[in-house]
Amino acid sequence: MAMTDDAIAHMDAKVSDEVAIEIENMNKWYGTFHVLRDINLTVYSGERIVICGPSGSGKSTLIRCINALEEHQQGRITVDGTTLSSDIKNIDRIRSEVGMVFQHFNLFPHLTILENCTLAPIWVRKTPKKEAEETAMHFLTKVKIPEQADKYPGQLSGGQQQRVAIARSLCMKPRIMLFDEPTSALDPEMIKEVLDTMIELAEDGMTMLVVTHEMGFARQVANRVIFMDEGQIVEQNEPEEFFHNPKSDRTKLFLSQILGH
Amino acid sequence: MSDKPAHNVAFVRETTLPPSPPPVAETGAIKWMRENLFSSAFNSIMTILGVLAVYQILSLALPWLLNGVWNASSIRDCREILDGATGGCFAVLTERWHQLVFGRYPQDSYWRPTLAFLLMFAAFAPVLFSNLPKKMLIFTGLYPFIAYYLVWGGSVLVPILSLVGFAVGYVVYTRLVDRSFATGFFGGVAAAIAVWYIGGFIINEDSTFLALEQVESRDIGGFMLNLILGVVCLSVSLPLGIVLALGRQSRMPIIKWICVVFIEFIRGVPLITLLFVANVVLAYFLPPGTNFDLILRVMIMITMFAAAYIAEVIRGGLAALPRGQYEAGDSLGLDYSQSMRLIILPQALKISIPGIVNVAVGLFKDTTLVSVISMFDLVGMVRGPILASTDWNGVYWELFGFAALLFFVFCYGISQYSQWLERQLQTDHR
Ligand SMILES: Nc1ncnc2c1ncn2[C@@H]1O[C@H](COP(=O)(O)OP(=O)(O)O)[C@@H](O)[C@H]1O
Ligand SMILES: [Mg+2]
Repeated sequence: MAMTDDAIAHMDAKVSDEVAIEIENMNKWYGTFHVLRDINLTVYSGERIVICGPSGSGKSTLIRCINALEEHQQGRITVDGTTLSSDIKNIDRIRSEVGMVFQHFNLFPHLTILENCTLAPIWVRKTPKKEAEETAMHFLTKVKIPEQADKYPGQLSGGQQQRVAIARSLCMKPRIMLFDEPTSALDPEMIKEVLDTMIELAEDGMTMLVVTHEMGFARQVANRVIFMDEGQIVEQNEPEEFFHNPKSDRTKLFLSQILGH
Repeated sequence: MSDKPAHNVAFVRETTLPPSPPPVAETGAIKWMRENLFSSAFNSIMTILGVLAVYQILSLALPWLLNGVWNASSIRDCREILDGATGGCFAVLTERWHQLVFGRYPQDSYWRPTLAFLLMFAAFAPVLFSNLPKKMLIFTGLYPFIAYYLVWGGSVLVPILSLVGFAVGYVVYTRLVDRSFATGFFGGVAAAIAVWYIGGFIINEDSTFLALEQVESRDIGGFMLNLILGVVCLSVSLPLGIVLALGRQSRMPIIKWICVVFIEFIRGVPLITLLFVANVVLAYFLPPGTNFDLILRVMIMITMFAAAYIAEVIRGGLAALPRGQYEAGDSLGLDYSQSMRLIILPQALKISIPGIVNVAVGLFKDTTLVSVISMFDLVGMVRGPILASTDWNGVYWELFGFAALLFFVFCYGISQYSQWLERQLQTDHR
């Protein structure tokens, strides 16, 4: 692998040899529609992977398979040493280790920001309420909105809501974070505040899989970029190589559409 | 206009305009009337017609109300006192109020249902107002047994035994539920039945331990019967409706189809038919000599009826929730019951409040249908013993007006509470 100095600088020691997610020969169908085809992917602890690709290429489906929001029909997914099976206990354990941030935030509108953040720790981790609230305030401070703790999601801006959603996931102390187009539903001026939060998270060494079209973010943070099309992984590489020297024609086309003009 | 040159497109505002107060509206009654009552020719005509209609109604109703006779022993007495003038014969209410309210309940025991009625507010308060201390829920749990003891009387051991049965069943359930929900559920039910069965031998039927005078179900009537039916059936049908709605969404085909068939069957049959079934048909199926209380049979039917409707209302609420809410709960590792209890149901029920209240109010009024199967609820009392008596034959308006007023007060209360609750739960700030 040829690496520029820049790329080496941020592919630092945080990436370990420890495997966080292992996907082997995974296939998934919606009815007769073959949505994911023979996916093989190994994610090491501390990696920041950006997944991009045209709409409908199966990016969301792929990362939703990792925390079993979608079932796969063939192949094997191992998360943190646990292989996904239909055993519910097993699935719930994996889900509590894997945080997920959605395009549309999916905060609980009937609960305050603080309650959104303490709900899962209290009920899943059985953390005492007081401790859960302290943790929640810690992460709300980290995403820079501690003062909103007693408001309801409906009172916050989109960018603030997405940061709360990130804090909510972090409160479960996950080892892996999945992001499904976290900035796509946001107004332009709010995208940066969310990306900054994610950059900070990456600097802390979190293992992250991010579906996004924010190529600036990919350049700055990712140590690997994956391009998907028609349910397959078409190309993957470290960001500099990926952007400057794409190998596949489809990648070139996609990059020219998204970066070009 | 000094800082806005007319022909120059480029424009920079240099001074910020100070905020100014809103224009002072013309105020007063005249403006209000012009805007609301006489804003157009059609509107003016409607206003005049409306005033005429109100006048007509009041000119008939007011003398009838104000000139009413409150003290008389029969309708003939009333007519003599009125001597040709218009006036209601409200004496029937003062004369027969005990029948209207309590049916044939023993007169010296009126304090018992009254006390049960008052305690009901304490029992419901912590459920209806979530800001009250949670400890009050203990009383709510005990209330059904206290109320049964107060209203039906008999030995105190009977409600205690049934309470113990529920308690044992619950304990067994919590012990076993970790293994699987079905084990816990059926284990709990079996334990409760075992306790009741064994307890049935130990407790003598005619035990007089702390006994209140026993009241037969057929003596329970009047508005009290409507209230008992309404409160019991609603309290049971709400949780049952939630279970049915969730069952209908279940991925397990057996559970799903049981719920679908139950709901569709019950909704396809008129309540009055179910009541006839309760009254007549069930008797054929029960072994002869079994004493399966008519009120209990009717309660079961009305509860099933209301549960089916409530289930459909709640299903609508569930369907209205975005799928993201389920996924967010799942992705945080909440299990099915947690995400239902903490995320899905609170939101779905909130959406369903108007529909549930609709069913509740309708159901409460429908309890008067039991008069058709010769139970003496408020309407049954009016139509039966009171109007049939020679003393009061013919005082329709007063009696049915009284019934309407009673129902209105309660239904209006329910509706006001639900509106208050909706405001309380409003957190989406749209
Ligand atoms: N629940 C579903 N049922 C059937 N088809 C689906 C479903 N979800 C997604 N798809 C299809 O699968 C394909 C991949 O979807 P998705 O993973 O959401 O793509 P992306 O996130 O890359 O835009 C799309 O063609 C979409 O129409
Ligand atoms: Mg997508």
